[in-house]
Amino acid sequence: MLSIENVTSAYGRIEVLHGVTLRVEPGEIVTLIGANGAGKTTLMHAISGVQPITGGAIRFNGEPIEKRPAHERVAFGISQVPEGRQVFAPLSVLDNLRLGAWSRRDTDMEPELARVCALFPMLDAILDMPAGALSGGQQQMLAIGRALMAKPRLLLLDEPSMGLAPNLVDQLLAVIRALRDDSLTILLVEQNARAALAIADRAYVLETGRVTLSGPAAEIQADRRVREAYLGI
Amino acid sequence: MAELLQFAFSGLTVGAIYALVALGFTLIHNASDIINFAQGEFVMLGGMTTVFMATAGIPLPLAMLIAIVVTTGVGLALHRFAIEPARGASPVALIMITIGASVFLRGVAQIVFDKRFHSLPPLFGADPIQFGGAAILPQSLVVLAGAAVIVALLWLFVERTLLGKAVIATAANRLAARLIGVDTRRIVDFSFAVSAAIGAIAGILITPIALTSYDVGTLLALKGFAAAMLGGIGSPLGAVVGGLLIGMIEALCAGYVSSSYKDAAAFLIILVVLIAMPQGLFGRVKVERV
Repeated sequence: MLSIENVTSAYGRIEVLHGVTLRVEPGEIVTLIGANGAGKTTLMHAISGVQPITGGAIRFNGEPIEKRPAHERVAFGISQVPEGRQVFAPLSVLDNLRLGAWSRRDTDMEPELARVCALFPMLDAILDMPAGALSGGQQQMLAIGRALMAKPRLLLLDEPSMGLAPNLVDQLLAVIRALRDDSLTILLVEQNARAALAIADRAYVLETGRVTLSGPAAEIQADRRVREAYLGI
Repeated sequence: MAELLQFAFSGLTVGAIYALVALGFTLIHNASDIINFAQGEFVMLGGMTTVFMATAGIPLPLAMLIAIVVTTGVGLALHRFAIEPARGASPVALIMITIGASVFLRGVAQIVFDKRFHSLPPLFGADPIQFGGAAILPQSLVVLAGAAVIVALLWLFVERTLLGKAVIATAANRLAARLIGVDTRRIVDFSFAVSAAIGAIAGILITPIALTSYDVGTLLALKGFAAAMLGGIGSPLGAVVGGLLIGMIEALCAGYVSSSYKDAAAFLIILVVLIAMPQGLFGRVKVERV
């Protein structure tokens, strides 16, 4: 579904991705783990088109998309839940969700809205509250709901568990699994490697802008280096 | 008392124009972080184009419409051909581009139009209305009503339409707006177009009272900027309140102190705001939790 080949990207003259190659097959949860500064968010931004790439190719369903602007990529079916939630603070929860459907404005958004509210009952009760006044957990659910309003085929999740209480992390993982079972494909970036590997089918380890390890999640979880560096075992 | 009322009315009238200029600043700043110092030239273009179209024999309402369309086109062109090619430059560089554009537009206006002062006939005659001992020009009421209608339309647009919400979203978080598929460049296009149209309307409304010439934009932009700063840059409500306040202070200063110090009042306010309360009257209060 998504294939990234030898992608390089730089901030000014400093290259932060040195030729990253990975692929995501339909119906998979693929996780990308790595330390702070490894380039995970840069890669996510590059896939969404908000960070320019300096080389390589990004294909979505076989089509090269690396030259397409960000808003077209959303219309193709790639939605991102950005790191740090990034909800529209002055707007209400409902308006945040409605804007999530911006890329398909012409269609009826009610069924999607009902689906998101069913998935996150806690949002349904606070539709009129400004998003900036929500708790971190509520904002994370809203950010995911907003991305789902676009009816994506591929969902990019950047550090969704960051700053959440442990019981909320469990809820979040359950939601991600439910979305996959509902035939959504997911690329999950996490520093919480234990949680990510627990629900992923396959995993990539990104270190200072390079993929150093990849394989089925169970295999990665069992890898000695990963256990030492990311799982603290 | 009648004197105070008289000053208050003239203050409100020019204040309404400052408010419209400040709203133009606010719209563009919110969408793009740019302070557009060519905002005053939009006002000038609105007035001057109407005058010259009307002189050429085109009926006044049509001349006004043409002036608004032309100015909107200029606003769009300013973004497309001057700001957009410099995308990624620092805000200071972009602000310098708008100052350049302002000088350029003034130069072109000098050639296309002329260097004289011009006026337009007031919409409802020039006979003052007596009110509490003060004489009010009917055109003053037209200015106030026009400004009120524009503010109300903008408010409806932002509150009631998804495009309006997208403008707010872009202002609040540009990255997130792009990630949900908003073409933020089009939103900035739109903000330049609307700001230019509002400027043009302000120019048309005020010309019967204050006259227009190729260089009225400079002072109007500075006053409008002072209004936006006083209100708190980025706040539409602040722009309106700031504009009316600056107009009032100017009029009272001209009436009770000396009209030669009138223009100094606005600049004194900028200084005080910058030093004492840089966030302005309605500067954004953060209600975000991270």
